[in-house]
Amino acid sequence: MVYLLCLVLFAIGLYGVLTQRNLIKIIISLAVAESAINIFLVLLGYRVNGTAPIEEGTLEQHAAFVNASVDPLPQAMVLTAIVIGVGVLALSMVIAMRLYHRYGTYDITKIRKLRG
Amino acid sequence: MKNLAAEEREGMSVIVGTVTHWVCAFIILYGLYIVAYGHLTPGGGFAGGVILACGFMILMLAFGKRRLVSMLPISRAAMLDCVGAFLFWLLAFGGMLFVGNVFFKNFLPHGGRLRLWSAGIIPLCNVAIALKVTASLVLALVALSVLRVKAGGSDEEFITDIDEE
Amino acid sequence: MDVLPLMVALPMAGGFLLPLVPKKRSLVTDVVAVALALALAVIALSLIGSPDRAYHMGGWTAPIGINLVLDGTSKLMLAVIAVVTFSVVLYCPTYMTRFTGKRKFYSLFLMMIAGMNGVVLTGDLFNLFVFLEIASIASYALVAFGCERDELEASFRYLVLGSVASYFLLFGIALLYAKLGTVNMAHLSQKIAEVGGLAGGDVVAAGKASPLLVFATVLFICGLGLKAALVPFHAWLPDAHPSAPTPISAMLSGLLIKAIGVYALARVLFSVIGVHEGGAVSTVLMGLGAVSMILGVLLAVAQWDYKRLLAYHSISQIGYVVLGIGLATPLGVAAGLFHLLNHAVFKSLLFLNAGAVEYRTGTRELGEMGGLNKKMPVTGATSFLASMSIAGIPPFNGFFSKLLIIVACFQAGRWGYALIAVVVSVLTLASFLKVQKYAFFGPLKEKWQNIREVPVLMAASMVLLAVLCLATSVLAFKLFDKDGLEQGLRNDRFLGAAQRSLTDREGYVTRALSPAVEFKPTSTDGTDDGT
Repeated sequence: MVYLLCLVLFAIGLYGVLTQRNLIKIIISLAVAESAINIFLVLLGYRVNGTAPIEEGTLEQHAAFVNASVDPLPQAMVLTAIVIGVGVLALSMVIAMRLYHRYGTYDITKIRKLRG
Repeated sequence: MKNLAAEEREGMSVIVGTVTHWVCAFIILYGLYIVAYGHLTPGGGFAGGVILACGFMILMLAFGKRRLVSMLPISRAAMLDCVGAFLFWLLAFGGMLFVGNVFFKNFLPHGGRLRLWSAGIIPLCNVAIALKVTASLVLALVALSVLRVKAGGSDEEFITDIDEE
Repeated sequence: MDVLPLMVALPMAGGFLLPLVPKKRSLVTDVVAVALALALAVIALSLIGSPDRAYHMGGWTAPIGINLVLDGTSKLMLAVIAVVTFSVVLYCPTYMTRFTGKRKFYSLFLMMIAGMNGVVLTGDLFNLFVFLEIASIASYALVAFGCERDELEASFRYLVLGSVASYFLLFGIALLYAKLGTVNMAHLSQKIAEVGGLAGGDVVAAGKASPLLVFATVLFICGLGLKAALVPFHAWLPDAHPSAPTPISAMLSGLLIKAIGVYALARVLFSVIGVHEGGAVSTVLMGLGAVSMILGVLLAVAQWDYKRLLAYHSISQIGYVVLGIGLATPLGVAAGLFHLLNHAVFKSLLFLNAGAVEYRTGTRELGEMGGLNKKMPVTGATSFLASMSIAGIPPFNGFFSKLLIIVACFQAGRWGYALIAVVVSVLTLASFLKVQKYAFFGPLKEKWQNIREVPVLMAASMVLLAVLCLATSVLAFKLFDKDGLEQGLRNDRFLGAAQRSLTDREGYVTRALSPAVEFKPTSTDGTDDGT
């Protein structure tokens, strides 16, 4: 059920990318879509009544810890994906700023020097 | 704070400035803690680096761009950025040089379990990544705010507030 | 010392270090970049002879760790990437004098190379995503490098579309992880085979396949298809490729859409999910390839902007490659891979020619050029060679690869696709005859009386690629064995090996999961790798 909400969030982000006219709003929609995918990936590792994957005990408690904790692999993957998203976002912000300097507007319907 | 006229004074009021002085130290200390214990508790290089960058950003918000750039020039940040990345590369390559064949091998001794000095090259990797992330984020945010953009300007009118090299 | 991780590590080191060079000594950056490209080319060509193996990073064996897999297809792609990169890097120093920020250009360029090499070598699906993003982000920044109006606009459009494609890819990876619990490609391949694959790939029985697997396949085709510029995901390419600086156009059109688009798609579909001849995935690939071919060439014929015309032809030729690979027969896959190699060589050469013309005349409109052969003989000659290659005239390499694709279509009984391939080839010839007539032959216009040939380095790189255009047709001769093409493929060690590695799924699994690296395990105490 919660996975469906993640898909809905992704759809909202995609809708924003497709229909918004302001450059900054397109970038924000892109960020929303990225967050939706990251949330989906993290939630895949969930185990009901699981603990956080931080070891605190001795070696003998290791087996019990492995059985009780949530899956840490999606969390590591999501960390990487978030960093990649930050890079893309920063780059897109700078490009949007330079576009504003060139065209004087953030409206994407007016930034149409290139034909289709 | 100097006695400047209201239009010339950058940054925010005196109260904000004083509180920022106190808070900023805590933020940077917290960031360093996250980086140092990255192999034991959640966090590590990237998260700690982001917190450290936020510490610097608070200074910029409270005191203005010039204060931040005077403390951390753009060229210095760019150099630290590259140094941090290259340090990480050296640690990965060290596995190849020292152990024989394996790229990225954890070649430093693993210490006792769950101690601060443990887990081979991972704490050093965290430090390198934190250095790179802090420098990159500060550079990116300074670049986004330092450049004064005029709408509809042409090539010659692209002025920068502070000299970028 | 195994040189395999150096293919990724060396350009990354260059990318990290080059911004540290002081501005006065920017010649150092040129030298370092050319030296690195030469080193990569030497390593890649030497890897062709070495045995297929897997390299486990950090000593952690797959599927726990990330492994780099070297097989026939990877060797082919590495060789193509390295050699074309070297030629383009030779072109860069004199061309980039028009731009400031040379160090950052080379740094981004080397990161793009590192990303492409990583995509080609990796054996882990999430690692593929990470390297794909490295290459893509570097290319977004490089397309916008000159900060002119059309460059920025094209880069923004490319960025948004490319990011959405990457999110589709990540979603597909998440779905596969949810169902099967691993992201290592070989391990996934094993588990998918156990689960039953896409129900044997039969179109009729596709309804019995696991819907999650079908959804993941569709997501991969959409996401990676956008990176490969297949129709209907091609909308970013005609804006991004012409607006970028010329060496970047050559790299994007010649290498990036192939390394991170077509290769990633082929690897994921063939080695992980499994493609069968006549199955659903094969039909989809062939359909997309055919539509790309037709649409690309029809839109290209009407263009008067030199680089935009070349960009549309890229879409069309990628359609050829995907059609060949989508056939899923041994000859089809080998022909598709051969055309991939050829297209990398002659499309880069074509873009470098267009850049040379723009460098001297300052325009990209075909209507304003004329008779440039008299003033720019090297550019004109290499452009003529490349145009004959792409149009499929013997004895150039394009003829052989297109012939092989058409023969493969006939052998598989797909008469319609073969006919489409022939018609598109004729239209391509017509389009390039137009280019040659308006740009190079004909009377010399008044305003071009004083232009000279391009500088030595640029001319040298174009000549190198032109020589390669002729040399790679030798690769086709080795396939014409006296027992027929099939036997020739089985005996061939370059193209045939590439084709075998792609279609042989069980072989990929055994090769990728083999513990190939000998190391002495230190006493680990089971702590997980923290990020």
